[in-house]
Amino acid sequence: MKIALNEARCSGCRTCQVICSLHNFNENNPKKAAVKIVGHFPTPGHYEIKICDQCGLCAAVCPAEAIKETDGVYRIDKEKCTGCGECIEACPSEAMVQHPAEKAPIKCVACGQCVELCQRGAIYDADTREVQ
Amino acid sequence: MYGYGGNILRINLTTGEMNIQPLSQDMAREWIGQRGFIAKILWDELKPGIDPLGPANKLVMSTGPLAGTLVPAGGKVSFGAKSPATGIYGESCMGGHIAAEMKYAGYDVIILEGASSKPCYIYIKDDQVEIRDASHLWGKGAIQTEKALKDELGEEFQICTIGPAGEKLVKYACISHDFGRQAGRTGMGTVMGSKKVKAIAICGHNSIPLADLEATVVKGKEMLKGCFAKENLDEWQNYGTAGVPVWANNIGAFPTKNFQSSYLEGNENLDGKIMREKMVVNDKGCFGCPSPCGKYCYVKPYNVYTEGPEYETTALIGGNCVFTDIEQIGYLNYLCDELGLDTISAGNVIGFAMECFEKGILTREQVGMELKFGDLESFKYLVEKIAAREGIGNILAEGVKYAAEQFGGDSIKFAIQVKGLEWSGYESRSAPSNMLAYMTCDLGAHHNRAWSVTHDIAVGRKVLEGKARKVIELQHIRPFFDLIGCCRLQWVEIGFELEHYPEVLRYVTGFDYSQDDLMKISEKVWNLTRAFAWREIEDFGRKYDYPPARFYEETVTTGPNAGDVLSKEELDFLLDDYYKLRGWDLNGLPTREKLEQMGLGFVVRQLESYGRKIS
Repeated sequence: MKIALNEARCSGCRTCQVICSLHNFNENNPKKAAVKIVGHFPTPGHYEIKICDQCGLCAAVCPAEAIKETDGVYRIDKEKCTGCGECIEACPSEAMVQHPAEKAPIKCVACGQCVELCQRGAIYDADTREVQ
Repeated sequence: MYGYGGNILRINLTTGEMNIQPLSQDMAREWIGQRGFIAKILWDELKPGIDPLGPANKLVMSTGPLAGTLVPAGGKVSFGAKSPATGIYGESCMGGHIAAEMKYAGYDVIILEGASSKPCYIYIKDDQVEIRDASHLWGKGAIQTEKALKDELGEEFQICTIGPAGEKLVKYACISHDFGRQAGRTGMGTVMGSKKVKAIAICGHNSIPLADLEATVVKGKEMLKGCFAKENLDEWQNYGTAGVPVWANNIGAFPTKNFQSSYLEGNENLDGKIMREKMVVNDKGCFGCPSPCGKYCYVKPYNVYTEGPEYETTALIGGNCVFTDIEQIGYLNYLCDELGLDTISAGNVIGFAMECFEKGILTREQVGMELKFGDLESFKYLVEKIAAREGIGNILAEGVKYAAEQFGGDSIKFAIQVKGLEWSGYESRSAPSNMLAYMTCDLGAHHNRAWSVTHDIAVGRKVLEGKARKVIELQHIRPFFDLIGCCRLQWVEIGFELEHYPEVLRYVTGFDYSQDDLMKISEKVWNLTRAFAWREIEDFGRKYDYPPARFYEETVTTGPNAGDVLSKEELDFLLDDYYKLRGWDLNGLPTREKLEQMGLGFVVRQLESYGRKIS
């Protein structure tokens, strides 16, 4: 699963956020989703999608060594994470999410649930699908 | 409580007091949500006879149990109050993202009571609720205000606002949200303006508890994918309601020249394909929508951004005021949105004024300029006068019914409204069931409750028999979506099946409703809002259900249905049939038997205490 974006197709529906929180937290709570949708209205009128591209910079800056890579996906060890926020600062995609009820940041683990429910192909799997 | 935000937030703007009360299980089970909650609360808490723009009125904002979940298009919220436009039950719904957000903040209902002495906005971040100063926002456009508050509070806030028209108490001011979604009808923005509330900004971080999370995920996915697989999905999401004007014209239902005709010459220029090519910059969806119909547009010749025009706007600004240039309509749509005016009522009012001018009922001296159908300057001039309540605008700001009473002549015959609410965008002299639907809508002449032009076409446009039955069926199904917090357009437009909803409601809420139970609740709300009108107006009844005389005295002037008219006898046939099937008396008032059968015994007792004679 290589998550890729075609932002021009995003209609801002946030279904990606709902399924992300349901799948990864067992909660219906888009504020706990590892994907952010930012609207740019009234001008120029489009949506921006912020999601991790597994670049690994978060792991490189983590002072607690709480972020580890397996099979190309970086995961946060919640036990080790001190909630210092260094990774949030460092993320070039601004894709690490903070939630008041969670100590550790919320980060995409490339589960692909958002891809499955993005009818518009705004979030897609570059391993299996060409850009629309 | 499963499926719900769980709380009712009450804010008294006069005293600054607030309280948060849990939503009760009984309230949830018996009234489901959104319009059900609003109708019940307004019935219980408003005293009949209050001034809709006084502090005794309440603005109730509510959403339903499926909003904010994985169920498709759970993004609907409704606002309700005693309507300043009609004096009876008022309510309007809109999409966007604020319905979901209020649930994440923990609320199913927000009640604004009293009135603030100075401009304010309501700030809600979970259980932190504040009434904040809005003097820096007062006077700003509805869209500008939303942008200013987003910049101030952050992207994660969802915000609804009013424009200058709401501040000035124009009777058809709307509530705006998400840069182009509006709760347009029955003057809910007017009520918000009367309370001096410029905006409501909400951000929530909580989860919506689900009765059966796993089953909700499986069913939610199945429903979404069911929508994705619909054959006409692409057509629908490419053009949305902008695909409708040409069809409506070809069947002779497109309001033209203040409803003189149902056919507009040059309507082909309003085609969704032309609009998409010239103006659309993005497909914009509401929360959880699998079939986004919002067309976000840049209108190049006027250098403005606007969402839409939607069908109703193109019908009432375009057809009704005779504009055949989609970019001009886009520009006028932008003006109405920024001023905070309902485009349906505004298009009616301005078309009416143009006709009054043409007929010599209004003069250049009265208006301040010459008015002409199809003249951009005429529309612009009037819409700005209306929003500012200046000159002629101060009369037009009251709506067509009031304006006709002031202007005199025979203008009341072509003031296109029912119960004081201007008619939605379907000319219906050749569509008896749709005529009946708008005549009997609990809010006034509005399409939200039942729309049945396709039924008229399917079974015969002259046929009267059986039409009332269909209207009643639709008046329960369409507003059912306004109980659950979901958009109806997946069902209406792409043919998504109704039978999914009882099952998914069970997984989300734990309440085990049958399809029949849900329709019964929808019918109960229908009877309650009808009773609300009767509680307000002593002589309420049949005479309030007639359309303007134009529809039964004048024939359609041009197009495929030229010559059509529905006589008063035909309208009475439809009403007789309708009242009988509803279990109401011949004057269109709910009977004791019907109210009790619906579990509305408390309504009988109250109506009697106000001296109403129930048969």
